[in-house]
Amino acid sequence: MLDRARRSLARIGHNFIDNVWRVGAMARFFALVLSASGTSFRRFRLVMREVYFTGVLSLIIIVVSGLFVGMVLGLQGFETLQKYGAQESIGVLVALSLVRELGPVVAALLFASRAGSAITAEIGLMKATEQLTAMDMMAVSPMARVIAPRFWAGVISMPLLAAMFSAMGVFGGYLVGVVLIGVDNGAFWSQMQAAVDFRYDVLNGVIKSFVFGIAVTVIATFEGFDAPPTAEGVSGATTRTVVSSALAILALDLVLTASLLRGAH
Amino acid sequence: MLLELTPLFARIRPPRVTEENLVEIDAVTFGYGRRAVLDGISMRVPRGKVVAIMGGSGCGKTTLLRLIGGQLRPTRGAVRVGGRAVHELDREGLYALRRRMSMLFQFGALFTDMTVFDNVAFPLREHASLPEDMVRDLVLMKLEAVGLRGAHNLMPSELSGGMARRVALARAVVMDPMLVMYDEPFAGLDPISMSVVGTLIRRLNDALGATSIIVTHDVVESLQIVDYLYFVAEGRIVGEGTPAQIRATELPVVHQFIHGETDGPVPFHYPAPAYDEDVGIARARAEAAHA
Repeated sequence: MLDRARRSLARIGHNFIDNVWRVGAMARFFALVLSASGTSFRRFRLVMREVYFTGVLSLIIIVVSGLFVGMVLGLQGFETLQKYGAQESIGVLVALSLVRELGPVVAALLFASRAGSAITAEIGLMKATEQLTAMDMMAVSPMARVIAPRFWAGVISMPLLAAMFSAMGVFGGYLVGVVLIGVDNGAFWSQMQAAVDFRYDVLNGVIKSFVFGIAVTVIATFEGFDAPPTAEGVSGATTRTVVSSALAILALDLVLTASLLRGAH
Repeated sequence: MLLELTPLFARIRPPRVTEENLVEIDAVTFGYGRRAVLDGISMRVPRGKVVAIMGGSGCGKTTLLRLIGGQLRPTRGAVRVGGRAVHELDREGLYALRRRMSMLFQFGALFTDMTVFDNVAFPLREHASLPEDMVRDLVLMKLEAVGLRGAHNLMPSELSGGMARRVALARAVVMDPMLVMYDEPFAGLDPISMSVVGTLIRRLNDALGATSIIVTHDVVESLQIVDYLYFVAEGRIVGEGTPAQIRATELPVVHQFIHGETDGPVPFHYPAPAYDEDVGIARARAEAAHA
């Protein structure tokens, strides 16, 4: 009995140490990616190619999700606002919800599921099939040639995708609020224009999505690079990317919201 | 057809076969964690020769290649390539050395997101500032040499195992390296592909004036193309010689390996307790005797 409890405690301790070790390894990996980024800037087409794979190919899911989230926000917002006779503020509610929170967070969660998992799987399979080793044996650094371009592509794509998500969401809110329900068109846009501040709302949202972009791509590239070179290893790494990215996004969102709101007052 | 291209390479770089050793491994010991893999191993690879390292699975053959390529560092001993101690080089020194050597991996390790042409052009584009039309000519020359010029637009997923190995071979020699290392180049190939790859290794080595190290356990093919063989077992060199010497050897380990005998110095059975004890026969006998 005592022995079993001791073993359980040891296992918890091992897991904890292992996770702390992984966070440290990820930080070191991040530093290595930054130091190997020279090639990405000298040969920017390597980054642009990855922007296509991670950013452009994620557009469909971002656009469709943004539209539906905006439409649902419009419906739910109208339901609540009309009780107070403030249904014309629907545009403000939709825009602020999207630009401050839902745009960066939901777009980052979708980006982690769509592009993050793909990055991990691709790098993990490249490792399993010795492509990274082959590159290293050709005196070409995999960190500079494979990892850094994917990292910067993610960092560039994420704010653009979040902006696209928010824009589509506002359009969805317009479709529901103005076209479907009949809220006044002028009131919808003018109230939104008056209430949304570029610096405190839009820019803060961009800062959030930029930080989420860094977090997701560091996690995705690290998990791929660190994956055991087996089918099971790559599948486990892909799952870890999605789970860790989601947790990191939500935790960072809390920290960023607290510090950005504090800065606003 | 493909073997008639040797003069093409001969014009690029004439053979420079000397007896100087290109690779020297001195009393190298290496292990993964507590598991010892190499135990004081020493070998020489003369410049211009094709040398095979043979032995059973897990005997440390591939580890030797990784030590020569600088992917691993020995626990003790020295690995020298072209007179330079590989294990003492920093990253820049190692990359400078690796630009003059290449490695063919067991399953080719072609970049799956690039065409055959781009795979072969990859080292040229990364290391040489050549105009694109010159890159094209060089790549097509190497692909012609391995008989796959017509496949230059295909993706690696469209190639058979033998074709992928030949593309990887073209990529390995595209920079005209001084040393080419082959990790199990014959694994999983049909007899025709095996013969083609074997012949290409020999011809390309001679045409480019390179030096080749082949890690393999394919006895028949290796004996036909190599100049010298080392046999590794339990982390040590247990036999060495020219193909003729190896064929005539009476060394039990080498003899068993060459002739594919199921039992011998390398036992058929993994170490285990006595069979009759394990399955209960001994106890049954004892009980019967007691009764």
